[in-house]
Amino acid sequence: MEYREPRPYTFYLLAGLMGLFLLFLYGPMLVIYVLSFQGPNGGVTFPMVGFSTKWFGDILKPGQIANIPASFGRSMLLSSVVTILTVVISIAAGLGFRRRFPGAALLFYLAIASLVMPSLLVGFGIGLGFTLLGLPQGLFTSALGAQLTWTLPFGLLTMFAVIARFNRSYEEAAADLGASPWQRLRYVTLPLLLPGILGVAVGAFTLSYDEYARTTLTIGSYNTLPLELYALISSDSTPTLFAIGTVTTAVSFILITIVLVAIMRLQRSRRMTA
Amino acid sequence: MDPRFDVELVGVTKRYGPGKPAVDDISLRIPKASYCCLLGPSGCGKTSTLRMVAGHETITSGDVLINGSNVTGLPPIKRGTAMMFQNYALFPHLSCADNVAFSLRMRGVGKAERTRTALEFLGLVHMEAYASRLPAQLSGGQQQRVALARALVSRPKVLLLDEPLSALDPFLRVKVREELKRLQRELGISFIHVTHSQDEAMALADMMVVMQDGHIRQAGSPREVFSNPATSFIARFIGGHNVLPREAGLIAVRADRCRLTDAGAGLPAQVEAVEYQGGQVRIVVTTVNGENASVLLPDAEYDADPVEAGMHKHLTWAPEDERRLAA
Repeated sequence: MEYREPRPYTFYLLAGLMGLFLLFLYGPMLVIYVLSFQGPNGGVTFPMVGFSTKWFGDILKPGQIANIPASFGRSMLLSSVVTILTVVISIAAGLGFRRRFPGAALLFYLAIASLVMPSLLVGFGIGLGFTLLGLPQGLFTSALGAQLTWTLPFGLLTMFAVIARFNRSYEEAAADLGASPWQRLRYVTLPLLLPGILGVAVGAFTLSYDEYARTTLTIGSYNTLPLELYALISSDSTPTLFAIGTVTTAVSFILITIVLVAIMRLQRSRRMTA
Repeated sequence: MDPRFDVELVGVTKRYGPGKPAVDDISLRIPKASYCCLLGPSGCGKTSTLRMVAGHETITSGDVLINGSNVTGLPPIKRGTAMMFQNYALFPHLSCADNVAFSLRMRGVGKAERTRTALEFLGLVHMEAYASRLPAQLSGGQQQRVALARALVSRPKVLLLDEPLSALDPFLRVKVREELKRLQRELGISFIHVTHSQDEAMALADMMVVMQDGHIRQAGSPREVFSNPATSFIARFIGGHNVLPREAGLIAVRADRCRLTDAGAGLPAQVEAVEYQGGQVRIVVTTVNGENASVLLPDAEYDADPVEAGMHKHLTWAPEDERRLAA
């Protein structure tokens, strides 16, 4: 038999701590998933009164307080636009910042400063600004701006890290082989940065999709999904809330798995020389 | 008119900032179809010089002429040069064939012709069997050959190689070295090869250019440079020389022209170490003035009169083997 080094007691101590952490993290979520299959006459707490998928069906019915399908559509649309803008701006900024220019450091800190500012204040400021200037508040005006103050700093930081590891000799080789600046970007730089770009896109989408604090003060008349859910929680409670949670988790999980697998495949087949 | 030189540098200077320039007002003429090695320690400006010829580095002042025409401000592709990068810079997301065909694709050549030409050039470096592989699936030596094929596809007049052998193991280095020389002869174009290894430069170069501190210290055939090093730096850098102070200044004497004798003329010296090197034996000595020197003897000659560490001898050489050094 293979000899194994005896483990110190600290190993079991830390393993126990980790177990508790996981229980705290996933325990409540597990409860929600189970309760989302509550029977038609059951409530939002245990015990389960039978088993049904009624609450999943209820998601699609527009209620008096909340219209889940419509707000979901708005959320998807807003998050998609936020993701595209974040990706495009992060790539452009990441490539641009490779060249040192006067004020580069200041500009960088200004761009990421909104990370440390309280979200509610940022949202409040943007809402106030729109009111003062008499601009219409809405999904693709104030809310879009407010969400970008949240996703862009993350996108920029990620992209800077990705581009810092990017070897410029690939671009020089492309130029040497006659690629125009545009061809260089299209055929060499972007394909090589693709794993990082996908990462930025997933991050931006997730941050935007469940953003609450900045959006709530800038959204105008029509809510995104998180705002609609909050309204739902604070008024009436049915297992529909849990069903929404289960569906959202499943969708996010599938989406993230697909992207991670794609990134891993890209990186395994390439193994870039640094 | 057919120009006599493939590459001409006229007063080329590169500054990266205030202070000493990285390349300081160098001029060089590389004759047609020659293998030119830029040799020097790191930081001597050899890579900057190569990159200025390639068009990957702006030229602070001076001119670069290729095949008689001034290319100073032109982008790389308009110069008739192609560069092979130190890490090869093969595009990791493209197969070998697509890597080699890249420049054709950028020019809008059709797919069928692109593939045909790529295979032809992969054949030139004996890599056609690997056409569909990704670079990560190749060994270092194979990657190097694909990079070579990719650079040659654009049919350059001058091929620029930045430390092309440094990533290879010593055994492969010698093999690839022969291959580079063969290709250069067959293609009949000029190669400019940057290296810090004097062995490499000696073995390959028609023209060896020794650089130091942004200056060209000496340019000529390896034989000229080795038998007549201009400065003490060159004599020490290319190796095989003893640099010794005399009344009139520094001199260099080839180690294989030095001998050890028991008495009489010559510089008193103590044997420090004896290294057996196969065909020859290297004897390290310290002269009475405290300089280090070495003597290279054919093994048969050493066996006839062996020495060992600690022995007192006299270091001698023929006066005609002395070379006066500039500095």
